[in-house]
Amino acid sequence: MDFRVARGEVLSLEGPNGAGKTSMLRLVAGLLPLTFGRVSFRHGAAEISDPEERGRFIGWFGHADGLKAQMTAAENLSFAASLYASDGDVAQTLARVSLTRAAHLPGQYLSAGQRRRLGLARLILSKRPLWLMDEPIAALDSAGRQLAIELIRAHMAAGGMVIAATHDDIGIPGPRLTMGAS
Amino acid sequence: MSPMRAVLRRDIALAFRSGGGAFLATAFFATVAALVPLGVGADLPLLGRIAGGVLWVAAALSALLSLDRLFQADFEDGSLDIIALAPLSLEATVTAKMLAHWITTGLPLTLVSPVLGLLFNLPVEGYGALVLSLAIGTPALSAIGTIGAALTLSVRRGGLILALIVLPLITPAIIFGSGAVLAAVQDTGTAAFLFLGAFSLGAVALSPFAAAAAVRLNLAG
Repeated sequence: MDFRVARGEVLSLEGPNGAGKTSMLRLVAGLLPLTFGRVSFRHGAAEISDPEERGRFIGWFGHADGLKAQMTAAENLSFAASLYASDGDVAQTLARVSLTRAAHLPGQYLSAGQRRRLGLARLILSKRPLWLMDEPIAALDSAGRQLAIELIRAHMAAGGMVIAATHDDIGIPGPRLTMGAS
Repeated sequence: MSPMRAVLRRDIALAFRSGGGAFLATAFFATVAALVPLGVGADLPLLGRIAGGVLWVAAALSALLSLDRLFQADFEDGSLDIIALAPLSLEATVTAKMLAHWITTGLPLTLVSPVLGLLFNLPVEGYGALVLSLAIGTPALSAIGTIGAALTLSVRRGGLILALIVLPLITPAIIFGSGAVLAAVQDTGTAAFLFLGAFSLGAVALSPFAAAAAVRLNLAG
């Protein structure tokens, strides 16, 4: 299996459940070590293949939301902003994903869709060039899907890259990689 | 705020919210220490002699209480992936978590220990040594506990295995810690403090590397 993603491109990973889409995202992120093969990230003239160094370029939108049930939506997002040393504005980003009214709700009272929206907000704040998205539009309502697709388009327009593992067609043209087809 | 301080502040905040272990550990420490005199009986000289030992064992057990969730909670809800991709080495992350654990367990234990010394009829000379030995020694409990928590982060019901891994490794802290209190009461020198300090420094210096290696191993699994 061999693939590359260029700037401004969205690569869709497709395949049945258990085909290895999530594992592929974790391999690219460097969260899973490679048994063999190579993943490298070109940054200017430099070729970065050390997994932890590569992690500095990756925005992670995983299957698990990575939210703390005991912290409010705003606190969860502020933590992400400090963790990623982002200069982005937390309140503005919450407004961008339509979570302003839920900002003071603890994580445990957020619905699945609101949790995904908070994950999108974290992606925006992280300001990373490569977004790795596991089921980017699952659990979202139609406005949420629209929002996710708009954010992906804006990220592409700004020269970003996206690898999305998905069952649904996200309606953005781009290369597709089918996994586990037998 | 630096990424490392963000992790430290978040872990301290979580420890004081529902499901956190901050007051739990201190309350457990006080309860165990209050039960022992009831079991041993009103033999005041005996209680005074065993005070250091009992309080040190109680401190070690209560430090264990909140350890199993140190990495496991972040592993299960996906936060650990987010943290692993932050501009922060895993060594710095585990150091922040270790420090947060000490601030929310070791430090309060140290502060309430003189009150519990009263329950044991600890001689006056012993109080300074009790507080000082806990202040020097509890960082070692958090440091070794962090390694154990990192090793068992993906194990279901890992708390029991964690206790089996951590308790044997912290015996030097219990030996030198309680020895320091007894030595102060019997006025037989301060050598135990030096050994305790050396053990604690060694544990704190080694822990970030060992625990970070264990976290990497578990993320890869």
